[in-house]
Amino acid sequence: MSNASMQQALARLRATRVWKSIFRRGPAQTNRTRSVAIFGNLFLHVLPVKVREKSLQARATYYLGSFSFFLFIILTITGILLMLYYHPAVPQAYFDMKDLQFVVSNGVFLRNLHRFAAQAMVVAVFWHMFHVFYRGGYRPPHEFNWVVGVVLLLITLFLSYTGYLLPWDQLAFWAITVGTNIIGYMPVLGRPVRFLLLGGHIIGENALLRFYVLHCVILPLLAVLFIGVHFWRIQKDGGLTAREQDGR
Amino acid sequence: MADKKDSYQAGFGSDALENPQRVVFITKKTSAKVKGDVGRQLMAYPHLLLREAIAFEILTIVMVVIALLWNAPLEELANSLVTPNPAKAPWYFLGLQELLHYFPPLVAGILIPALVILALVVIPYFNVNIQGGALWAANRQRRLTIFLVVLALLLGFLGIYAAWTALLPTLILAGLALGSYFVTSPAGKAMEYLRMRPLSWWVMSWFIAVAVTLTVVGTFFRGPGWSWVWPWR
Repeated sequence: MSNASMQQALARLRATRVWKSIFRRGPAQTNRTRSVAIFGNLFLHVLPVKVREKSLQARATYYLGSFSFFLFIILTITGILLMLYYHPAVPQAYFDMKDLQFVVSNGVFLRNLHRFAAQAMVVAVFWHMFHVFYRGGYRPPHEFNWVVGVVLLLITLFLSYTGYLLPWDQLAFWAITVGTNIIGYMPVLGRPVRFLLLGGHIIGENALLRFYVLHCVILPLLAVLFIGVHFWRIQKDGGLTAREQDGR
Repeated sequence: MADKKDSYQAGFGSDALENPQRVVFITKKTSAKVKGDVGRQLMAYPHLLLREAIAFEILTIVMVVIALLWNAPLEELANSLVTPNPAKAPWYFLGLQELLHYFPPLVAGILIPALVILALVVIPYFNVNIQGGALWAANRQRRLTIFLVVLALLLGFLGIYAAWTALLPTLILAGLALGSYFVTSPAGKAMEYLRMRPLSWWVMSWFIAVAVTLTVVGTFFRGPGWSWVWPWR
């Protein structure tokens, strides 16, 4: 299809009742309709309608926050697909890994993508934090959003950590053993917290189930909640930090 | 608007057609949105969304290629009777595990991580981090004394426990900070850059240097019984 006829077809589509009922605006050709495109959309309305040209420069963010979020999206999609093949039970969990390897179509690819995206997200979130720090992005009025970011860092680490146990292989089992032993050293609270996390004194079926629920339900919901606040606060705090002389 | 000395200014006229100004009161210490010159602005749709879409596509392609080229590790079935030596945590906790090798568990496993998280949270609530003046710009003598006392305490603490994988990056960063103190005449570009760094920059850079060193050592240089090994042997 040529470009002109494509444009024509698009224009005709936009004129239909169905299209108008969904988007409730004309084509985004004026600043007014471009604004409506953002704040008239449930998913985009947390974003600002206008952004500083300086904030759009690659060196302002290196898209590190965006990459963290996009990796979270990739992890959500691949994670849901993996859930279809996974039983949080001992030793079935491990056999499911073997099934992914040898039985499920593209199972290896799916698990690879989930695992590497998880590692990449930890790196991206740390890098994002350091970059924001060196640009002074924590300065008022962004103080609280920085704190939300620290919470998101902890959620990311905990998400990655709880996912680490799920394959139920030697690597998973002993990594979680090392980690949960550290919690036990906490004065007074250590042993109760460890018991709560593991559902017992050793890493067994209960621990696997609890890590599964944390990994697939509780922590992702918390992450979505805090990501929402994090994005929304960027807009409410007046956009990204503007640097007086933007030359690094 | 921001350059006016008044604490507020008002636009007049209630007939919006005749006088298309809004009446706004901009008091001091008000919302960030009215502060300062914001520079040229672009519509988020399409400028921001287009860039984000491209970033997402590039990321997806890179991740897919990585997932096609390398395989995620999978060892044999978990067995609580067979302990691998060494048993290692996920890589992002190996810095902590390296600390556990030197310090009592309460210090390395609880106290230090808790202090790090606390330090990160309170960063934006200290004026010294907001103003960001160069560390050696004022009160040079006093600041040097404080710096040396803190450094001595830190090195003493790390030295008592022989935590040399944390001590080494500390020494390097302290050397750079002291070096930037004694550079006065226009020096090289790198030294000039260091000379202008604020305290927060030095603390964060020290933290990153130590954390990266500990993580790399814990990941690649630790073998059975947490002994030192060379990864290429």
